Amino acid sequence: MTKIIVDDVEVDVPADYTLLQACEAAGAEIPRFCFHERLSIAGNCRMCLVELKGAPKPVASCAWGVRDCRPGPNGEPPTVVTKSPMVKKAREGVMEFLLINHPLDCPICDQGGECDLQDQAMAYGVDSSRFHENKRAVPDKYIGPLVKTSMNRCIHCTRCIRFVAEVAGVPDLGATGRGEDMEITTYLERAMGSELQANVADLCPVGALTHKPQAFNGRPWELIKTPSIDVMDAVGSNIRVDARGREVMRVLPRVHEDINEEWISDKTRQHVDGLKLQRLDRPFLRENGRLRPATWAEAFAAIAAKLKGADPKRVGAIAGDLAAVEEMWALRSLMTALGSPNIDCRQDGSVLSPAHGRASYLFNPTIAGIEEADAVLIVGANPRREAAIVNARLRKRWRIGPLPVGVVGERVDLTYDYAYLGAGPESLAQLAKGGEFLDLLKSAERPLILVGAGIAARPDGAAVLAAVASLAAAVGAVTEGWNGLAVLQNAASRVGGLDIGFVPGEGGLAAPAMVEAGALDVLFNLGADEIAISPGAFVIYQGTHGDDGAHRADVILPGAAYTEKSGTYVNTEGRVQQTNRAVFPPGEAREDWAILRALSDVVGHRLPFDSLPALRRELHAAHPHLAALDEIAAGDGRATLDAWAALGGSASSAGFVSPVADFYLTNPIARASRIMAECSALHVTPALEAAE
Amino acid sequence: MALADRDRIFTNVYGLHSPGLEAARKRGAWDGTKFLLDQGIDWIINEMKASGLRGRGGAGFPTGLKWSFMPKEVKDRPHYLVVNGDESEPGTCKDREIMRHDPHLFIEGCMIASFAMRAHACYVYLRGEYIAERIALQKAVDEAYEAKLVGKDNVHGYPFDIYVHHGAGAYICGEETALLESLEGKKGMPRLKPPFPANMGLYGCPTTVNNVESIAVSGTILRRGAGWFAGLGTKNNAGTKLFCVSGHVNKPCNVEEEMGITFRELIDRHCGGMRGGWDNLLCSIPGGSSVPLVPAEQIIDAQMDFDTLRGLQSGLGTAAVIVLDKSTDIVRAIARISYFYKHESCGQCTPCREGTGWMWRVLSRMAEGRAQKREIGMLLEVTKQVEGHTICALGDAAAWPIQGLIRHFRGEIEKRIDQYAGNPHSEPVLMAAE
Repeated sequence: MTKIIVDDVEVDVPADYTLLQACEAAGAEIPRFCFHERLSIAGNCRMCLVELKGAPKPVASCAWGVRDCRPGPNGEPPTVVTKSPMVKKAREGVMEFLLINHPLDCPICDQGGECDLQDQAMAYGVDSSRFHENKRAVPDKYIGPLVKTSMNRCIHCTRCIRFVAEVAGVPDLGATGRGEDMEITTYLERAMGSELQANVADLCPVGALTHKPQAFNGRPWELIKTPSIDVMDAVGSNIRVDARGREVMRVLPRVHEDINEEWISDKTRQHVDGLKLQRLDRPFLRENGRLRPATWAEAFAAIAAKLKGADPKRVGAIAGDLAAVEEMWALRSLMTALGSPNIDCRQDGSVLSPAHGRASYLFNPTIAGIEEADAVLIVGANPRREAAIVNARLRKRWRIGPLPVGVVGERVDLTYDYAYLGAGPESLAQLAKGGEFLDLLKSAERPLILVGAGIAARPDGAAVLAAVASLAAAVGAVTEGWNGLAVLQNAASRVGGLDIGFVPGEGGLAAPAMVEAGALDVLFNLGADEIAISPGAFVIYQGTHGDDGAHRADVILPGAAYTEKSGTYVNTEGRVQQTNRAVFPPGEAREDWAILRALSDVVGHRLPFDSLPALRRELHAAHPHLAALDEIAAGDGRATLDAWAALGGSASSAGFVSPVADFYLTNPIARASRIMAECSALHVTPALEAAE
Repeated sequence: MALADRDRIFTNVYGLHSPGLEAARKRGAWDGTKFLLDQGIDWIINEMKASGLRGRGGAGFPTGLKWSFMPKEVKDRPHYLVVNGDESEPGTCKDREIMRHDPHLFIEGCMIASFAMRAHACYVYLRGEYIAERIALQKAVDEAYEAKLVGKDNVHGYPFDIYVHHGAGAYICGEETALLESLEGKKGMPRLKPPFPANMGLYGCPTTVNNVESIAVSGTILRRGAGWFAGLGTKNNAGTKLFCVSGHVNKPCNVEEEMGITFRELIDRHCGGMRGGWDNLLCSIPGGSSVPLVPAEQIIDAQMDFDTLRGLQSGLGTAAVIVLDKSTDIVRAIARISYFYKHESCGQCTPCREGTGWMWRVLSRMAEGRAQKREIGMLLEVTKQVEGHTICALGDAAAWPIQGLIRHFRGEIEKRIDQYAGNPHSEPVLMAAE
């Protein structure tokens, strides 16, 4: 710790602090544009200049370390002044320079109201202009469908360039030209090729980069802000849902150091138009092969008629990827009451099961724990597509210091270097036999084995998991204090569903068996759209969007999307989080647990709760760990390895394929979104090349 | 007092003799280099310190002291010597003569300096426009390798490699950290200091960046002794220096002279006197375009050294003496310099990026007189807002010439404004087509 005096306040700060951090520790406010905690230091905006006693010139506090300060002549601690006339003049000067070429278009700028330049000009600027030349004009650039540019406003802080190069890990953004002709550009008017690209608009301190889909849509001060949780993937990124009236206008990241830091993926951010399109806003009933609008009473009556006298063994329920724990609990309770063992939350046919212990389906090292890993093996996953935020964390770790990464699976660009070890189970077996990478894993203190959830959904999933278990045991991935077995889920509901045992009971059918022709008479589909249901069964679809599941349905019950209800979601780490209601469901749609509660009454098995708190009381009594929000109840890693090792079967030779073929279109909400469709067309369809 | 021929270091500055190895050896290069190295690192650094040599790149930082900043031991990171041959300061043309005509003196200096800072590799960063210089220097380097004077296994017993790197012609790459960035293959933008290059330089390794002339004189200083060099020049401004005199003199030239020679003697003895006599002198920019100008009455008998010129609120810089006579439109001249800095600003940090363009535009208007008198004060204030607030010294370099102009020729600008105000829409005089 080092002593330093800031504005007559003596503080004791770590020697590796910058002056800016030290000043903040002492309670002094330092304006800044280019500096950002999570990016490298550029020191180019010069707004954070402070006076350091003994230095001839004001110094950039963001770049000057406390250990670089010399003590006073008699050994006093170094002295920093942030309120002197010199500092005031420096700030006013820099602010004036920033403003001379900045257009005065705040009234039509989407950044208005949340603009760093606007705020700091109020605090540190002067009230009049001395600049009588023409302002600089810069052509706007196309940098993709998510970020709108207005380059006249750019103040060249290079935050966007640093983000794209450092966090997103793609070389798509840079600056051309020099001096006042410097321009931020993708060089070839091409879209940025990253799943995190829209974060640059959040980072932009001015209105040069704004969110294109939200252009001219609303002002920040008219939006109601609701903290919530993202369900587009299993990461559980913390988000803020901004709504105006009954409409979700945008989604922004919230800081959660252990999950998403302050980034969110483009799908998390820009699927919001999908919340308005293709919505199921009233019940539907299939008559003569066609769906017709119906009342709730008609829909319930139709279901009751089908269930009456149905053999419970021929009734089943599948929960989809966006279902919250509450509705799965309600549905499970209903199925239990009906006497059916046929329930499953694994529409992909995965063999991951609570029977193997909680650690068998969790990202045990935790996302923040990636930074402690010293060797990583990725088996059958494409983290960039399945969980872009986790991939960013892997890249962060890779940038910090040497990190050997090996991949068994698809050979794709993960934004960091890795050793490609092969495509499928045979390569995994080869790796286990020996070789350079096995030695690296063995010598690592905290090896991390990232297992894609997709491999458990293969026909030979059990055999592959057994192979992974023996490899993990051999390299010592599970030790006292470190569980390096990381299952990367890709569905937001999955861990919650497995936690409450939404899996087949004694003699029950799993999802793939349930959808086979002739397996069931009545199938309750809670938002599962990624599974094809064979003709025959009477299908009740409860969900939000007119997607595949609704097309196959005989009765449609309109439910609430995650922005329209308070629901518990457990992320891939096993962290329990809750969404909050930002807007009401459209039309006659209702919260999902309430629909099931009402239905249970009609079919004669009234569920024992009349309110969400009552439901949660029951849920928490059965699964106490779900009551502890933002906590992770760790599982027993050794037991998992034993359980997996006991799985048998022989592995096929087919290579591992990521279950997420198209990052932008993984669930009904995203598939309804025009923006996601545009992104998908840009990034997934290979670029056309001229035939020459 | 003029520099005696026997005290000249660069004896082939005009290229009258061959720059080749044989001829260079006859002029004294590579003479007893091994003996010098055998005296040890401490001796070399102490001699350099005692010689009082101040860096010839412009800032005048003591060279021996700079060398001594390098870590005392080579740990896990190798040390590097980088020589700044990006001689882009307008008016300066000294390093090119060394590289064209006395390259062996320079290569020997690289070897000695590298030895003194425990570096086994030296990179010479050459200005992009210097094609002939690159060819000449590369030829000399090849000769030195051939003769086993340098290389992994050389006659001096100290493994040493020298690489000539050709820049792309950006002024900012003459700033030492921008030069390192450029050398690493990145965009030439200055780095933040600290950390200083002696700690984190080229590829994050301890590095010293020196000017070509500072390096080239080191061999001769060591051979002839620190006392000899310190005995030349004035106190605290020791030794000889290559002056590049350009502008309105009868015979512009490069000349090696003693530090502290007066301006009048420099011009009279070597440049054939002022064009139109001494009464015709308007002012001089004594150290390359980035230093403030000094008006005739102050410069004419001033000693040309770091400290005297600093006392005149200017600087010796690279000793590129630009002489301007009374035919000069001084406002336009400084506006042109201002355009240069606007053009060469890298665009990284705010005051320089925005300020250089602003200053140039205002000054261009003033050159026509199309301005308000209150704008003179505002312009001065803008230069003060740029100066000292930037990452590198280019901001200062852009501000100083304008400050010098306003300090000494404010009346000239006001006169211009008055003339324009008196006849703001003057039509050009019509000429008959003949």
